Amino acid sequence: MTMEEVDSGRDAMEIDGCEPEGQEKMRENAVPDGFNANYLKVYYGKLFPHSDLFKWMSYGNDGKHPACDQSYIGRREFSFTLADDIYLRFQSFNSVHEMENSIKEKCPFKIDIGPVYSVDPTKRHAYAQSGDNVFTPVERELVFDIDITDYDDVRYCCSGADVCLDCWPLMTVAIKVIDTALRDDFGFNHILWVYSGRRGVHCWVCDGRARRLSNEQRAAIADYFRVYKGNENSQKKVSLVGPALHPFLARSYTEVLKDFFEEKLLPGQKLFSTEERYEKILKIIPDESITSELRGKWQENRRSSISKEDINAIRWEQLKHMLQSGKQKAQGLRRCVEEIVFSYTYPRLDMEVSKHMNHLLKAPFCVHPKTGRVCVPIDPKSCEEFDPTSVPTLSKLLEELNMGGFRADADDEWERTSLGKSVKFFRLSFLQPLLKSCKEEIESAYNAKLQLSKNSLSW
Amino acid sequence: MEIIRSQRRSSKVDDVVSTLPLYRSAPPLQVRLEDFELFAIDRLRVLKGISDGLSRGKKPDEMEKLVSDLWKANMRHPQASEFVNKDIISHFVLRLVYCRTEELRKWFLSMETALFRHRFRLETPEAQRVLLAEFDHPYKAVSHAEFESVKEKLGQVARSFGQSLPSADAIYFKVPFEEVPELVAGRRVFLQKGHAYVAMNQVVSLVVTQFRSHLSKALVLTNRKWTSTIREQEKERLTPIVEALSTSYLGPDYSQPREFVEISIKDIDQVANSSFPLCMRHLFEKLREDHHLKHGGRMQLGLFLKGVGLKLDDALAFWKAEFSQKVGSERFDKEYAYSIRHNYGKEGKRTDYTPYSCQKIISSTPGVGDHHGCPYRHFSEENLRAALGKMGVGNRAMEDVMDKVRNRHYQLACTLTFEAVHGSSCDAGINHPNQYFSDSQKILHPKVDPAR
Repeated sequence: MTMEEVDSGRDAMEIDGCEPEGQEKMRENAVPDGFNANYLKVYYGKLFPHSDLFKWMSYGNDGKHPACDQSYIGRREFSFTLADDIYLRFQSFNSVHEMENSIKEKCPFKIDIGPVYSVDPTKRHAYAQSGDNVFTPVERELVFDIDITDYDDVRYCCSGADVCLDCWPLMTVAIKVIDTALRDDFGFNHILWVYSGRRGVHCWVCDGRARRLSNEQRAAIADYFRVYKGNENSQKKVSLVGPALHPFLARSYTEVLKDFFEEKLLPGQKLFSTEERYEKILKIIPDESITSELRGKWQENRRSSISKEDINAIRWEQLKHMLQSGKQKAQGLRRCVEEIVFSYTYPRLDMEVSKHMNHLLKAPFCVHPKTGRVCVPIDPKSCEEFDPTSVPTLSKLLEELNMGGFRADADDEWERTSLGKSVKFFRLSFLQPLLKSCKEEIESAYNAKLQLSKNSLSW
Repeated sequence: MEIIRSQRRSSKVDDVVSTLPLYRSAPPLQVRLEDFELFAIDRLRVLKGISDGLSRGKKPDEMEKLVSDLWKANMRHPQASEFVNKDIISHFVLRLVYCRTEELRKWFLSMETALFRHRFRLETPEAQRVLLAEFDHPYKAVSHAEFESVKEKLGQVARSFGQSLPSADAIYFKVPFEEVPELVAGRRVFLQKGHAYVAMNQVVSLVVTQFRSHLSKALVLTNRKWTSTIREQEKERLTPIVEALSTSYLGPDYSQPREFVEISIKDIDQVANSSFPLCMRHLFEKLREDHHLKHGGRMQLGLFLKGVGLKLDDALAFWKAEFSQKVGSERFDKEYAYSIRHNYGKEGKRTDYTPYSCQKIISSTPGVGDHHGCPYRHFSEENLRAALGKMGVGNRAMEDVMDKVRNRHYQLACTLTFEAVHGSSCDAGINHPNQYFSDSQKILHPKVDPAR
């Protein structure tokens, strides 16, 4: 924003949310690609689902029930990142209007959600004076962050922040494995998966039980999901010891990872097509005689006539045959096939994000400033259909708004844009069931308390 | 007052005797002042021994033997009847000693918990069951029908860490997974819809979690009492003893650099080469090479550099110079500068964070893309040899180092490296990367400290 615009904004407040440049764009439908503050203003003004976000963050405490904790939402930290990388941490809001006005006014490039603190985060300094550390996080969703950049050593199509339809399925697999375990093993029900806008996915586990986990319990869950024991300076990345796999790993392997590896990743990333690539896999096998025999075979038939498509599948079969044939009695070598599959496909979580309550995570429905893509929810039931390259972008949404012409007081303008599907999914599949169980939880806690006070009265 | 458990239990179960107290409340015992100190020192020897054992990465069964030996060697009392009293008194004295800062509490909590864990495991199954009842946890054993329905999965879990299949009369408890974080973390239990199936030989985890949370709360309370009344009341008598006890064993915390050392950015490459331990050299070199380090590496190196005497402004300039080559200076200011100021206590909670000790570094778990951790523990042999060679460790010394590594004496391996590189002995051993640094500087610049 230039200085002049700031000045004119001060003179005529009603211009807010409808910048001169924005109006011009509205006359023609085409909106140039990309991301800018003016588009964002329109997005926050007309499309961003403020009230849904607020309802979610209130977890039923915005109701009329006497057991509702009215201070709850006001103790939640929101953090805004403004243009020019100005950080506004420890924002808090007591009503949806407060939140909506603040977002519309500040037009943050990014909105992060932090924990619920013991006291209102905006007043943390006042409490800090008292000495005792009363300003401390008390609740937070259990969150996961999975980033495609952590898979750079197993994908050959892209690297860094780039992602394409060949490597995105790695994320799909991660969603399936983690989502199933969160539900079946840990018993969580209210789980939200969100596209991070560029190169990964975020997961929010919102059950009351998940929100109240201690840091130690969070770390335990993160470790339950961890199979990578190696680091950059030691060879092995995955080590599966013992005569059997834990039921969670066994299920992940047979239900998801094995088929994905053989049907998608192997041909898609052409894992055996060059010497450099297959050497990386051979490194995982600790038996010298087997690796040299395989290497010999593959170097020899380089000149033979196998078509490029088959070579990956053929070599994989050869490797499996060598490791699993009757000759190899050693348990460790049979396990190698599984170790290779796990190394290449098992979800790689950013552990630190999950382990601590006070980690910030970007709110759903933000727009990624680099790609212009909206961070839309992903349905884990049909996550293989999700295509990161076709999610609604800021410019596309504005175009869709323009096409519909100008409507004065429409509340739900998102309905006629491609964002509609995502907002509806958020409401019906995530928010409504969540709020229903929050209500039940609040009521049953209240009844239990009543019962308790009745009992104590009768004494 | 329920601390002397053998007495309490004797009324109901005569043949089951455990000498393991739960330390629920302070004993109303008369203690002679010299016993007050001597008992505490004996217990400290045990805790310190446990701490060393853990930092060497000893396995559970080795730890069990270590704890049992340490306990026998230090906690005996000439009169058998006084044995339990010594246990209890020493515990409560050390509570006073170690309640006073977050760092002290953390150390004491983990060592006492480890001690309790291993003593519990040494008890007979009958005694364990009695102890379990003392914790009055509400969980019932899994019924036979339910056991049958999940038997196959339970067997799979048992076999996944090399144990035999559960027999038909095996006792399992079904508890919320939150109660057994360490079993969850190690995938040592079967989880179903939020419940963990805990085998009888795993109940130690259940008990330890409760022991730990109770002690953790108690320490915070003790601290309050200490600062509000005890310290002043006992100014003449206990306070000096208590204050001396904590420093004698934990060593300095290195969060404040020694006054006479201070480094500036222009010297940093030179001192890194001469005086950084391998873990920090490696991070430092990787940073120079990749212009990036992941979170764990930034913390480990960043706090070390703070301890070494790099001022906040210099630290920001140092990290920025590297990171901006990779992510641009804008992104550095936006995403990384905050956490550096945070380390220096200038943001967020405003705690002045302490540099990591060897124990913490050794027990860290670096993952894909990570370079932090202890090279002696986390490098493959090949990579470690190459790194040591680059440091100038000769062949003979190298074999000695590798020998220590194979026996999981990582700190000793580091000590030998220090000696090989500096050509002089290091009798105290290496316990902290910042100690390595300051010892190295003392050898290289003996005249820097004018006070001596």
